[in-house]
Amino acid sequence: MEKFVKQEGLVAPMDRANVDTDAIIPKQYLKSIKRTGYGPNLFDEWRYLDHGEPGMDHSKRPVNKDFVLNHPRYHGATVLLARENFGCGSSREHAPWALLQHGFQAVIAPSFADIFHNNSFKNGLLLIRLDVKTVDRLFEQVHSTEGYRLAVDLEQQTVTTPGGESFKFDVDPFFKHCLLNGLDEIGLTLEHADKIKAFEARHQAAQPWLFS
Amino acid sequence: MTARTLYDKLWDSHLVHVARDGTALLYIDRHLVHEVTSPQAYEGLKLAGRKPWRVESVVATADHNTPTRNWEKGVAGIADSVSRLQVETLDQNIKAFGAKVYFPFLDKQQGIVHVIGPEQGATLPGMTVVCGDSHTSTHGAFGCLAFGIGTSEVEHVLATQCLVAKKTKAMRIDVEGALGTGITAKDIILAIIGKIGSAGGTGYTLEFSGSAIRALSMEGRMTVCNMSIEAGARAGMVAVDDKTIEYVKGRPFAPMGAMWDKAVPYWRTLVSDPGAKFDKVVTLDAAAIQPQVSWGTNPQMVTTIDGKVPDPSEEKDPVKREWMERALKYMDLRPNTPITEIRPDKIFIGACTNSRIEDLRAAAQVVKGRRIAPSVKLAIVVPGSGLVKVQAEQEGLDKVFAEAGFEWRQPGCSMCLGMNDDLASPGDRIASTSNRNFEGRQGPGARTHLVSPAMAAAAGIAGHFVDVRSF
Repeated sequence: MEKFVKQEGLVAPMDRANVDTDAIIPKQYLKSIKRTGYGPNLFDEWRYLDHGEPGMDHSKRPVNKDFVLNHPRYHGATVLLARENFGCGSSREHAPWALLQHGFQAVIAPSFADIFHNNSFKNGLLLIRLDVKTVDRLFEQVHSTEGYRLAVDLEQQTVTTPGGESFKFDVDPFFKHCLLNGLDEIGLTLEHADKIKAFEARHQAAQPWLFS
Repeated sequence: MTARTLYDKLWDSHLVHVARDGTALLYIDRHLVHEVTSPQAYEGLKLAGRKPWRVESVVATADHNTPTRNWEKGVAGIADSVSRLQVETLDQNIKAFGAKVYFPFLDKQQGIVHVIGPEQGATLPGMTVVCGDSHTSTHGAFGCLAFGIGTSEVEHVLATQCLVAKKTKAMRIDVEGALGTGITAKDIILAIIGKIGSAGGTGYTLEFSGSAIRALSMEGRMTVCNMSIEAGARAGMVAVDDKTIEYVKGRPFAPMGAMWDKAVPYWRTLVSDPGAKFDKVVTLDAAAIQPQVSWGTNPQMVTTIDGKVPDPSEEKDPVKREWMERALKYMDLRPNTPITEIRPDKIFIGACTNSRIEDLRAAAQVVKGRRIAPSVKLAIVVPGSGLVKVQAEQEGLDKVFAEAGFEWRQPGCSMCLGMNDDLASPGDRIASTSNRNFEGRQGPGARTHLVSPAMAAAAGIAGHFVDVRSF
């Protein structure tokens, strides 16, 4: 996993509530057996005017100029500003893969769906929960200020505006530790292999039918 | 001892280790694997030189990409080469890494992973069950802690038999009283989501209880638990009772003999203790639940059959209003349109929500001796598994559907998400027994209305949504 420590970047607004993972990456791209190559298909149905399929040259497809991420002022954005319940729906990890591979490193929203939340942290995509009022204000500022950037500091757990205003955010301490150090979670768990084996023996004694 | 919830009991009995910050290692008993969310996990194992911790925990099948027609052509019948490769990759991964049991494409017992787990007795009360699929919550119907995971977590469970998890809050949803005639489990869960919202359960584990839940069959309880995730909760569950135990008995992977006798008394403890504390309790009056039809692009956008499409101009919250307006535009619906005037042109009966024998019986009962309306372009019935299909055929349901103009298909996820060729076309309006009505879910530009099997069947016959109770 890539480390995440600090990030200062251009902000793009995704001003709709309940953005689901089917919208973030449509199902036809879930047929891939790879972990990469999802960036061009982030928000595919909103982003292009035609219907996309895996294997197409996406750079040649007609682009929906009205879609916010296609506005030139948001090109190169690394922070996505979103609304309530971002990432609801399916468990597809292709959603955070697509966001990361498109170039986003952090998403700010009032709330996130649970499975999406876990999947994002396991891939180094930082999700930042800020209250609705703060998010409303950030939306106003992004809309009114071209080139609007935010500084995200995971160590300090702060988001700072160009005007110097700073907002604290909460983050799970375990996720924070893994993100700051780019740790392999499987390796960390296997450090407890003896405990897992001991549990397994007790569990088998108590519920032998689970092991028959 | 303090009174514990069913969730507390399941959590405590699988706890391997708790770190100081409360992060836990949770032991996983059953790992269901399908072709879409596993290839990158197996690749990760290979790259790291790791082996599965306990192959015997893995039950695998191919369901998302598999076609529901032309099975005589074999694997070559999967027209899309990308889909075919994914199905073949699962074959190779199971061959290389192993599984307790694998039901590959074309196998007589193949089917939707959430249908075959319980059907095979591979889902047992008290288990922790995970799968790289958000509808894993289905298995909670057996008094299991069952939830969907992402691909990194699939790899993590394969390698360590554990998940890194934090305990959620607990919510009890009491549905008390008797359901009206023609009201089903699907109407209960849609009514719950309509009430608490699609993020109402975020951060919670749900327990469905009350006399109306107790009165449901296991199939009905699976339908309710299936859509927990549509209320935002990763897991939903129902306490064990006689029905649970009766359902499990005699299934291929269920314990037998002395082992069965040992298991049953333990399973009977899998209920919330009287006085156990829930962080939130929601109550619904079963008698007040009407047949449900979704009108928008999120499962919480649902109303009753006698209702109307809501008017966004009456919504005060600007974010919500904008969301409703966008949904109505996508759905091509006008505010205040009576639900009974909405005319679906495709009917889909299937998906892990509603593809079990009871669902097919309910739909067949409605269509028996009738014909689909001329305006309906396509009506398909996709059984949840090969075994459900065989049982339905033994009962003659396939003929009932065929005579009514419904196509009788091979099992799989099918048009719930259209990863195979059962993709809806732009502008199609579908009465669907699946679980999600998101934009593009059943096909780009396709419009989904979530309903129960009986309501989908009735809409197919009438050519518009209709109250199945007066049908």
